[in-house]
Amino acid sequence: MTRHLLAAAFLTVVMGLTGPGLAVQPDEMLSDPAQEARARALSAEIRCLVCQNQSIDDSDASLARDLRLLVREQITAGKTDQGIRDFLVERYGAFVLLKPPVNASTWLLWFGPLIVFILGVIGLTMFFRNRAQSGAPAATARLNADEQARIARLLDDMEHGSESHESGDHGKGDKP
Amino acid sequence: MKRLLFIAPLVLFLGIAGYLGFGLTRDSSILPSTLIDKPAPTFDLEALIPDGKGLKTDDLKGRVALVNVFASWCVPCRAEHPIWMRVATQEKIPIYGLNWKDKRSDAIAWLEELGDPYERIGFDPDHKGGVEWGVYGAPETYVIDRDGRVRFKYVGPVFSETLNETILPLVRKLQETP
Repeated sequence: MTRHLLAAAFLTVVMGLTGPGLAVQPDEMLSDPAQEARARALSAEIRCLVCQNQSIDDSDASLARDLRLLVREQITAGKTDQGIRDFLVERYGAFVLLKPPVNASTWLLWFGPLIVFILGVIGLTMFFRNRAQSGAPAATARLNADEQARIARLLDDMEHGSESHESGDHGKGDKP
Repeated sequence: MKRLLFIAPLVLFLGIAGYLGFGLTRDSSILPSTLIDKPAPTFDLEALIPDGKGLKTDDLKGRVALVNVFASWCVPCRAEHPIWMRVATQEKIPIYGLNWKDKRSDAIAWLEELGDPYERIGFDPDHKGGVEWGVYGAPETYVIDRDGRVRFKYVGPVFSETLNETILPLVRKLQETP
């Protein structure tokens, strides 16, 4: 049982470390797999400032390598993940995090789409309400005497055969 | 009131288009420094040149100075280098070098070839000093005031225009304020 577990752990580590397109070089890695896993997870959140849309975990830039080593050094030194994030944000600004933090300057970024959605819902609600209000009186209005008479004639026609239909004279009922 | 509602989408569109259009005029590769108006970071770098002077935080106090991040492998650094030679001979501003991610022998050869405008040069082969400054490329240039605070950062090579219109006026202003 333990042998299986060991084999599974070994495979997980080996497969984890040999994933596709790794920028992390073997000589950078920490010997403790748990710490290395933390470093990998944290590196994936940190922007490479040279290539900007890659994380330092993905990037082959030499600055990214320096930052990967710095992350690992600080992990070994016992710093928390948040402590390392704070260290980098202090020096490079919040831009260094691929996921922007929620604060006063990013409220529009985070909640803008929600606000636009809510405005859209309010707009649509108002639109349909208006339409229902202006449409409703017409739909429920009583027919006047003329219209009643026309309906009676039409119903009468339908009951007594359909000569008018066969003749194609759809307008017959309209004749006074 | 109804009519106002009809133009609301147009106003909203123009607002968003204007905002995003303004965003396009900004160069996203230039990051604002988090150090502006803050004390220079804590760092201590050994001298690049064996019998020269190194660079550390306390060296930045007392005079208005420039800190220039450079490397021998950096082509724009070579392009801006004559500017620093000119400042070193014509202006009363110390220039401190931060030799970033370089090989010592390469950097020394580079200075021997082009001239050395720096009063002090800190040697930073592994980004230990650079990370404190938020350096993400070379060249970068900082203006430091008399109290050792960072007042300005310029990313990319400095040419006459930036020097004469931005850096020197700021330096003069800082030198004049007691």
